[in-house]
Amino acid sequence: MSAVTAASRGLSACHGCGLLTQTGHHHATHCPRCGAGVHARKPDSIARTWAFLIAAMIMYIPANVLPIMITESLFGAQADTIMSGVAYLWHHGSWHLALIVFIASVAVPMLKIMALIVLVVSVQFRSAWDPLQRTKLYRVVELVGKWSMLDIYVVALMVALVQLKALATISAGPGAVAFGAVVVLTMFAAMSFDPRLIWDATENNDG
Amino acid sequence: MPDGNQLIACHECDLLQREVALPEGGVARCARCGGILFRSHPQGLERALAFTLAALVLFIISNTFPIVGLEVNGDLIQATLLGTVHMLYRDGMWIVAGLVMFTTVLAPLAHILGMLYILAPLRFGRRPPNSAALIRVLTEVKYWGMVEVFVLGVLVSLVKLADLAKIVPGIALWSFAGLMILFTAATVAFDQRQVWQKLGEVA
Repeated sequence: MSAVTAASRGLSACHGCGLLTQTGHHHATHCPRCGAGVHARKPDSIARTWAFLIAAMIMYIPANVLPIMITESLFGAQADTIMSGVAYLWHHGSWHLALIVFIASVAVPMLKIMALIVLVVSVQFRSAWDPLQRTKLYRVVELVGKWSMLDIYVVALMVALVQLKALATISAGPGAVAFGAVVVLTMFAAMSFDPRLIWDATENNDG
Repeated sequence: MPDGNQLIACHECDLLQREVALPEGGVARCARCGGILFRSHPQGLERALAFTLAALVLFIISNTFPIVGLEVNGDLIQATLLGTVHMLYRDGMWIVAGLVMFTTVLAPLAHILGMLYILAPLRFGRRPPNSAALIRVLTEVKYWGMVEVFVLGVLVSLVKLADLAKIVPGIALWSFAGLMILFTAATVAFDQRQVWQKLGEVA
Protein backbone atom coordinates (compact mmCIF):
# COMPACT_ATOMS: atom_id res chain seq x y z
CA MET A 1 0.00 0.00 0.00
CA SER A 2 1.41 3.35 -0.92
CA ALA A 3 -0.21 6.50 0.40
CA VAL A 4 -0.16 9.68 -1.63
CA THR A 5 1.92 12.22 0.26
CA ALA A 6 2.45 15.81 -0.68
CA ALA A 7 6.17 15.12 -1.14
CA SER A 8 5.50 12.29 -3.60
CA ARG A 9 3.59 14.76 -5.78
CA GLY A 10 6.30 17.39 -5.64
CA LEU A 11 4.31 19.53 -3.23
CA SER A 12 5.42 20.93 0.10
CA ALA A 13 3.25 22.24 2.88
CA CYS A 14 4.54 25.51 4.31
CA HIS A 15 5.60 25.14 7.98
CA GLY A 16 4.27 28.56 8.73
CA CYS A 17 0.86 28.68 7.09
CA GLY A 18 0.24 25.21 5.66
CA LEU A 19 -0.17 26.33 2.05
CA LEU A 20 0.82 23.70 -0.49
CA THR A 21 3.48 24.83 -2.93
CA GLN A 22 5.11 23.12 -5.85
CA THR A 23 8.75 22.55 -5.04
CA GLY A 24 11.63 21.24 -7.07
CA HIS A 25 13.94 18.47 -5.98
CA HIS A 26 16.05 19.85 -3.20
CA HIS A 27 15.62 23.52 -3.84
CA ALA A 28 14.21 25.51 -1.00
CA THR A 29 11.80 28.16 -2.15
CA HIS A 30 9.68 30.62 -0.29
CA CYS A 31 5.99 30.35 0.43
CA PRO A 32 4.03 32.68 -1.88
CA ARG A 33 1.52 33.42 0.86
CA CYS A 34 3.52 33.97 4.05
CA GLY A 35 7.11 34.18 2.79
CA ALA A 36 8.52 31.43 5.02
CA GLY A 37 11.15 29.12 3.58
CA VAL A 38 9.48 25.99 2.19
CA HIS A 39 11.04 22.58 2.63
CA ALA A 40 9.50 19.18 1.96
CA ARG A 41 10.88 18.08 5.36
CA LYS A 42 12.43 20.06 8.18
CA PRO A 43 16.06 20.62 7.11
CA ASP A 44 18.66 18.37 8.80
CA SER A 45 15.97 17.15 11.15
CA ILE A 46 17.84 14.10 12.46
CA ALA A 47 21.21 15.81 12.95
CA ARG A 48 19.67 18.79 14.69
CA THR A 49 17.49 16.66 16.94
CA TRP A 50 20.54 14.61 17.97
CA ALA A 51 22.58 17.72 18.66
CA PHE A 52 19.94 19.17 20.98
CA LEU A 53 19.34 15.77 22.59
CA ILE A 54 23.00 15.17 23.40
CA ALA A 55 23.35 18.66 24.81
CA ALA A 56 20.21 18.07 26.92
CA MET A 57 21.56 14.76 28.23
CA ILE A 58 24.82 16.41 29.27
CA MET A 59 22.99 19.21 31.08
CA TYR A 60 20.63 16.72 32.72
CA ILE A 61 23.44 15.60 35.06
CA PRO A 62 24.29 18.98 36.67
CA ALA A 63 20.58 19.81 36.65
CA ASN A 64 19.95 16.93 39.04
CA VAL A 65 23.19 16.91 41.02
CA LEU A 66 23.77 20.61 41.67
CA PRO A 67 21.52 22.54 44.07
CA ILE A 68 18.78 24.58 42.44
CA MET A 69 17.98 26.50 45.60
CA ILE A 70 20.12 27.58 48.56
CA THR A 71 18.51 28.54 51.86
CA GLU A 72 20.59 30.51 54.34
CA SER A 73 19.16 30.83 57.81
CA LEU A 74 20.24 31.15 61.44
CA PHE A 75 20.86 27.43 61.43
CA GLY A 76 23.26 27.53 58.52
CA ALA A 77 22.97 27.03 54.78
CA GLN A 78 20.96 24.30 53.15
CA ALA A 79 21.29 23.37 49.49
CA ASP A 80 18.32 21.77 47.75
CA THR A 81 18.43 19.71 44.61
CA ILE A 82 15.32 18.93 42.60
CA MET A 83 14.90 15.57 44.31
CA SER A 84 15.33 16.94 47.82
CA GLY A 85 12.69 19.56 46.99
CA VAL A 86 10.31 16.77 46.04
CA ALA A 87 11.18 14.94 49.27
CA TYR A 88 10.48 18.10 51.27
CA LEU A 89 7.03 18.45 49.74
CA TRP A 90 6.36 14.77 50.36
CA HIS A 91 7.14 15.07 54.07
CA HIS A 92 5.93 18.56 54.91
CA GLY A 93 3.43 19.67 52.31
CA SER A 94 1.21 17.35 50.46
CA TRP A 95 1.96 14.19 48.57
CA HIS A 96 -0.03 15.24 45.50
CA LEU A 97 2.11 18.36 45.00
CA ALA A 98 5.21 16.24 45.48
CA LEU A 99 3.87 14.00 42.75
CA ILE A 100 3.21 16.93 40.41
CA VAL A 101 6.70 18.35 40.91
CA PHE A 102 8.25 14.89 40.53
CA ILE A 103 6.40 14.30 37.27
CA ALA A 104 7.12 17.77 35.87
CA SER A 105 10.77 18.05 36.94
CA VAL A 106 12.15 14.54 37.04
CA ALA A 107 9.98 12.16 35.04
CA VAL A 108 9.01 14.41 32.11
CA PRO A 109 12.51 15.58 31.09
CA MET A 110 13.88 12.04 31.30
CA LEU A 111 10.97 10.40 29.48
CA LYS A 112 11.07 13.16 26.88
CA ILE A 113 14.74 12.57 26.15
CA MET A 114 14.15 8.81 25.98
CA ALA A 115 11.09 9.15 23.75
CA LEU A 116 12.95 11.42 21.32
CA ILE A 117 15.87 8.97 21.20
CA VAL A 118 13.43 6.16 20.33
CA LEU A 119 11.86 8.34 17.61
CA VAL A 120 15.14 9.47 16.02
CA VAL A 121 16.73 6.01 16.12
CA SER A 122 13.62 4.38 14.65
CA VAL A 123 13.65 6.93 11.81
CA GLN A 124 17.37 6.44 11.20
CA PHE A 125 16.88 2.68 10.87
CA ARG A 126 13.85 3.32 8.66
CA SER A 127 11.76 1.22 11.02
CA ALA A 128 8.22 0.48 9.88
CA TRP A 129 7.11 -0.30 13.42
CA ASP A 130 3.69 1.14 14.20
CA PRO A 131 4.00 4.67 12.77
CA LEU A 132 0.68 5.69 14.31
CA GLN A 133 1.90 4.96 17.84
CA ARG A 134 5.14 6.79 17.20
CA THR A 135 3.28 9.84 15.88
CA LYS A 136 1.14 9.84 19.01
CA LEU A 137 4.28 9.58 21.14
CA TYR A 138 5.67 12.64 19.36
CA ARG A 139 2.45 14.57 20.01
CA VAL A 140 2.69 13.82 23.73
CA VAL A 141 6.35 14.89 23.81
CA GLU A 142 5.45 18.21 22.17
CA LEU A 143 2.55 18.77 24.54
CA VAL A 144 4.22 18.12 27.89
CA GLY A 145 7.56 19.80 27.21
CA LYS A 146 6.90 23.20 28.71
CA TRP A 147 5.56 21.85 32.02
CA SER A 148 9.09 21.09 33.15
CA MET A 149 9.61 24.81 33.66
CA LEU A 150 7.56 24.42 36.83
CA ASP A 151 10.55 24.13 39.17
CA ILE A 152 12.24 27.19 37.69
CA TYR A 153 9.18 29.28 38.53
CA VAL A 154 8.98 27.83 42.03
CA VAL A 155 12.63 28.72 42.69
CA ALA A 156 12.13 32.20 41.23
CA LEU A 157 9.19 32.95 43.51
CA MET A 158 10.91 31.55 46.60
CA VAL A 159 13.94 33.74 45.89
CA ALA A 160 11.74 36.82 45.56
CA LEU A 161 9.69 36.18 48.69
CA VAL A 162 12.08 34.71 51.21
CA GLN A 163 14.35 37.68 51.87
CA LEU A 164 13.88 37.89 55.61
CA LYS A 165 17.20 39.54 56.41
CA ALA A 166 18.03 38.03 59.80
CA LEU A 167 15.83 34.95 59.58
CA ALA A 168 16.36 33.37 56.20
CA THR A 169 17.22 34.17 52.61
CA ILE A 170 16.84 31.97 49.58
CA SER A 171 18.88 32.25 46.42
CA ALA A 172 18.91 30.25 43.19
CA GLY A 173 21.65 27.65 42.78
CA PRO A 174 23.68 26.68 39.69
CA GLY A 175 21.43 23.64 39.17
CA ALA A 176 18.65 26.01 38.14
CA VAL A 177 20.66 27.21 35.14
CA ALA A 178 21.38 23.64 34.04
CA PHE A 179 17.78 22.65 34.59
CA GLY A 180 16.49 25.59 32.54
CA ALA A 181 18.91 24.57 29.80
CA VAL A 182 17.53 21.00 29.80
CA VAL A 183 13.98 22.28 29.35
CA VAL A 184 14.90 24.64 26.53
CA LEU A 185 17.18 22.11 24.78
CA THR A 186 14.55 19.34 24.86
CA MET A 187 11.98 21.78 23.49
CA PHE A 188 14.34 22.64 20.62
CA ALA A 189 14.99 18.91 20.07
CA ALA A 190 11.24 18.22 19.82
CA MET A 191 10.78 21.14 17.39
CA SER A 192 13.65 19.95 15.20
CA PHE A 193 12.22 16.47 14.81
CA ASP A 194 9.98 16.02 11.78
CA PRO A 195 7.22 13.43 12.42
CA ARG A 196 6.72 13.04 8.67
CA LEU A 197 10.02 11.14 8.59
CA ILE A 198 8.29 8.38 10.57
CA TRP A 199 5.85 7.91 7.71
CA ASP A 200 8.43 8.27 4.95
CA ALA A 201 10.02 5.00 6.09
CA THR A 202 6.74 3.15 5.55
CA GLU A 203 6.84 4.05 1.86
CA ASN A 204 9.77 2.10 0.49
CA ASN A 205 9.16 3.04 -3.10
CA ASP A 206 10.29 6.63 -3.09
CA GLY A 207 13.60 7.58 -4.58
CA MET B 1 -1.75 18.90 -11.42
CA PRO B 2 -4.54 19.11 -8.85
CA ASP B 3 -5.65 22.49 -7.64
CA GLY B 4 -3.64 23.29 -4.51
CA ASN B 5 -6.51 25.19 -2.93
CA GLN B 6 -8.64 22.11 -2.39
CA LEU B 7 -5.85 19.91 -1.16
CA ILE B 8 -4.26 19.87 2.22
CA ALA B 9 -1.21 17.99 3.48
CA CYS B 10 -1.16 16.66 7.03
CA HIS B 11 1.58 18.53 8.88
CA GLU B 12 2.46 15.40 10.84
CA CYS B 13 2.54 12.67 8.19
CA ASP B 14 2.36 14.60 4.89
CA LEU B 15 -0.64 12.63 3.58
CA LEU B 16 -2.36 14.55 0.80
CA GLN B 17 -6.09 14.92 1.34
CA ARG B 18 -9.02 16.79 -0.10
CA GLU B 19 -10.50 19.46 2.14
CA VAL B 20 -14.04 18.80 3.30
CA ALA B 21 -16.78 21.10 4.48
CA LEU B 22 -17.15 20.94 8.25
CA PRO B 23 -20.19 21.37 10.48
CA GLU B 24 -19.91 24.25 12.96
CA GLY B 25 -17.35 23.49 15.62
CA GLY B 26 -16.20 20.39 13.75
CA VAL B 27 -12.64 19.11 13.48
CA ALA B 28 -11.04 17.63 10.37
CA ARG B 29 -8.52 14.93 11.20
CA CYS B 30 -5.93 13.21 9.05
CA ALA B 31 -7.19 9.86 7.74
CA ARG B 32 -3.83 8.21 8.36
CA CYS B 33 -2.33 9.55 11.58
CA GLY B 34 -5.28 11.31 13.22
CA GLY B 35 -3.49 14.68 13.39
CA ILE B 36 -5.73 17.73 13.35
CA LEU B 37 -5.92 19.20 9.85
CA PHE B 38 -8.19 22.14 10.61
CA ARG B 39 -11.19 23.14 12.71
CA SER B 40 -14.31 25.09 12.07
CA HIS B 41 -14.79 27.89 14.56
CA PRO B 42 -18.11 29.67 14.33
CA GLN B 43 -17.26 33.41 14.44
CA GLY B 44 -13.76 32.29 15.38
CA LEU B 45 -11.98 35.55 14.71
CA GLU B 46 -14.60 37.67 16.46
CA ARG B 47 -14.17 35.53 19.54
CA ALA B 48 -10.41 35.55 19.21
CA LEU B 49 -10.46 39.36 19.20
CA ALA B 50 -12.67 39.50 22.29
CA PHE B 51 -10.52 36.99 24.19
CA THR B 52 -7.32 38.76 23.13
CA LEU B 53 -8.55 42.17 24.34
CA ALA B 54 -9.62 40.69 27.67
CA ALA B 55 -6.30 38.86 27.96
CA LEU B 56 -4.41 42.12 27.39
CA VAL B 57 -6.26 43.80 30.27
CA LEU B 58 -5.51 40.88 32.59
CA PHE B 59 -1.91 40.79 31.41
CA ILE B 60 -1.42 44.40 32.50
CA ILE B 61 -3.04 43.75 35.90
CA SER B 62 -1.00 40.56 36.36
CA ASN B 63 2.25 42.40 35.81
CA THR B 64 1.60 45.48 37.89
CA PHE B 65 0.11 44.04 41.07
CA PRO B 66 1.82 41.68 43.53
CA ILE B 67 1.21 37.95 43.10
CA VAL B 68 1.75 36.91 46.71
CA GLY B 69 2.89 38.47 49.92
CA LEU B 70 4.58 36.96 52.94
CA GLU B 71 3.77 38.33 56.37
CA VAL B 72 6.54 37.95 58.93
CA ASN B 73 6.52 39.76 62.29
CA GLY B 74 4.09 42.33 60.94
CA ASP B 75 6.21 43.03 57.85
CA LEU B 76 4.76 42.31 54.46
CA ILE B 77 7.07 41.17 51.66
CA GLN B 78 5.38 41.15 48.29
CA ALA B 79 6.51 39.77 44.98
CA THR B 80 5.51 40.93 41.53
CA LEU B 81 6.55 39.01 38.46
CA LEU B 82 8.98 41.69 37.33
CA GLY B 83 10.30 42.00 40.88
CA THR B 84 10.99 38.28 40.85
CA VAL B 85 12.93 38.59 37.61
CA HIS B 86 14.88 41.51 39.03
CA MET B 87 15.75 39.56 42.18
CA LEU B 88 17.13 36.66 40.12
CA TYR B 89 19.12 39.07 38.00
CA ARG B 90 20.57 40.75 41.09
CA ASP B 91 21.65 37.35 42.41
CA GLY B 92 23.71 36.86 39.27
CA MET B 93 21.25 34.34 37.84
CA TRP B 94 20.72 36.33 34.67
CA ILE B 95 20.14 33.25 32.52
CA VAL B 96 17.32 32.06 34.75
CA ALA B 97 16.03 35.63 35.03
CA GLY B 98 16.00 35.92 31.24
CA LEU B 99 14.24 32.58 30.86
CA VAL B 100 11.50 33.56 33.32
CA MET B 101 11.16 37.01 31.75
CA PHE B 102 10.90 35.59 28.24
CA THR B 103 8.45 32.77 28.95
CA THR B 104 6.07 34.62 31.28
CA VAL B 105 6.28 38.25 30.14
CA LEU B 106 7.81 38.82 26.71
CA ALA B 107 6.48 35.82 24.78
CA PRO B 108 2.88 36.12 26.05
CA LEU B 109 2.93 39.91 25.50
CA ALA B 110 4.28 39.56 21.97
CA HIS B 111 1.68 36.88 21.31
CA ILE B 112 -1.22 39.00 22.60
CA LEU B 113 -0.09 42.18 20.81
CA GLY B 114 0.57 40.25 17.61
CA MET B 115 -2.89 38.71 17.57
CA LEU B 116 -4.42 42.11 18.30
CA TYR B 117 -2.45 43.73 15.48
CA ILE B 118 -3.86 41.18 13.02
CA LEU B 119 -7.39 40.79 14.36
CA ALA B 120 -8.39 44.40 15.08
CA PRO B 121 -7.90 45.77 11.51
CA LEU B 122 -9.40 42.58 10.02
CA ARG B 123 -12.51 43.14 12.10
CA PHE B 124 -13.01 46.41 10.19
CA GLY B 125 -12.11 44.93 6.84
CA ARG B 126 -8.57 46.28 6.64
CA ARG B 127 -5.40 44.38 5.95
CA PRO B 128 -2.67 45.09 8.50
CA PRO B 129 0.72 45.73 6.83
CA ASN B 130 3.40 43.04 7.15
CA SER B 131 0.82 40.57 8.45
CA ALA B 132 2.50 37.59 6.77
CA ALA B 133 5.82 38.13 8.54
CA LEU B 134 4.03 38.71 11.83
CA ILE B 135 1.99 35.51 11.61
CA ARG B 136 5.25 33.67 11.03
CA VAL B 137 6.67 35.15 14.22
CA LEU B 138 3.48 34.26 16.09
CA THR B 139 3.75 30.57 15.24
CA GLU B 140 7.27 30.56 16.77
CA VAL B 141 6.39 32.63 19.83
CA LYS B 142 3.42 30.38 20.61
CA TYR B 143 5.68 27.61 21.90
CA TRP B 144 7.40 29.78 24.47
CA GLY B 145 4.55 31.39 26.37
CA MET B 146 4.17 29.46 29.63
CA VAL B 147 1.61 31.36 31.68
CA GLU B 148 -0.22 28.16 32.64
CA VAL B 149 2.95 26.52 33.94
CA PHE B 150 3.75 29.66 35.91
CA VAL B 151 0.33 29.58 37.60
CA LEU B 152 1.02 26.01 38.74
CA GLY B 153 4.44 27.17 39.94
CA VAL B 154 2.78 29.85 42.07
CA LEU B 155 0.54 27.23 43.69
CA VAL B 156 3.47 24.94 44.47
CA SER B 157 5.46 27.77 46.06
CA LEU B 158 2.45 28.78 48.16
CA VAL B 159 2.37 25.31 49.69
CA LYS B 160 6.12 25.38 50.29
CA LEU B 161 5.90 28.75 52.00
CA ALA B 162 2.81 27.98 54.06
CA ASP B 163 4.96 26.53 56.87
CA LEU B 164 7.24 29.52 56.96
CA ALA B 165 4.94 32.50 57.27
CA LYS B 166 1.45 33.82 56.74
CA ILE B 167 0.63 34.06 53.06
CA VAL B 168 -1.30 36.99 51.64
CA PRO B 169 -2.62 36.32 48.14
CA GLY B 170 -2.21 39.32 45.83
CA ILE B 171 -4.45 40.67 43.08
CA ALA B 172 -2.16 39.31 40.38
CA LEU B 173 -2.67 35.77 41.69
CA TRP B 174 -6.31 35.87 40.61
CA SER B 175 -5.69 37.81 37.43
CA PHE B 176 -3.00 35.31 36.41
CA ALA B 177 -5.51 32.48 36.73
CA GLY B 178 -7.92 34.46 34.52
CA LEU B 179 -5.16 35.34 32.09
CA MET B 180 -4.28 31.67 31.73
CA ILE B 181 -7.86 30.81 30.71
CA LEU B 182 -8.41 33.79 28.38
CA PHE B 183 -5.01 33.47 26.75
CA THR B 184 -5.61 29.79 26.00
CA ALA B 185 -9.09 30.59 24.65
CA ALA B 186 -7.66 33.34 22.42
CA THR B 187 -4.90 31.08 21.10
CA VAL B 188 -7.38 28.33 20.24
CA ALA B 189 -9.80 30.75 18.57
CA PHE B 190 -7.03 32.42 16.53
CA ASP B 191 -7.39 30.03 13.64
CA GLN B 192 -4.64 30.59 11.10
CA ARG B 193 -6.69 29.13 8.29
CA GLN B 194 -9.44 31.65 8.86
CA VAL B 195 -6.95 34.48 9.25
CA TRP B 196 -5.41 33.66 5.87
CA GLN B 197 -8.84 33.34 4.30
CA LYS B 198 -9.88 36.73 5.67
CA LEU B 199 -6.58 38.32 4.67
CA GLY B 200 -7.19 37.02 1.16
CA GLU B 201 -10.67 38.54 1.08
CA VAL B 202 -9.64 42.02 2.15
CA ALA B 203 -6.50 42.18 0.03
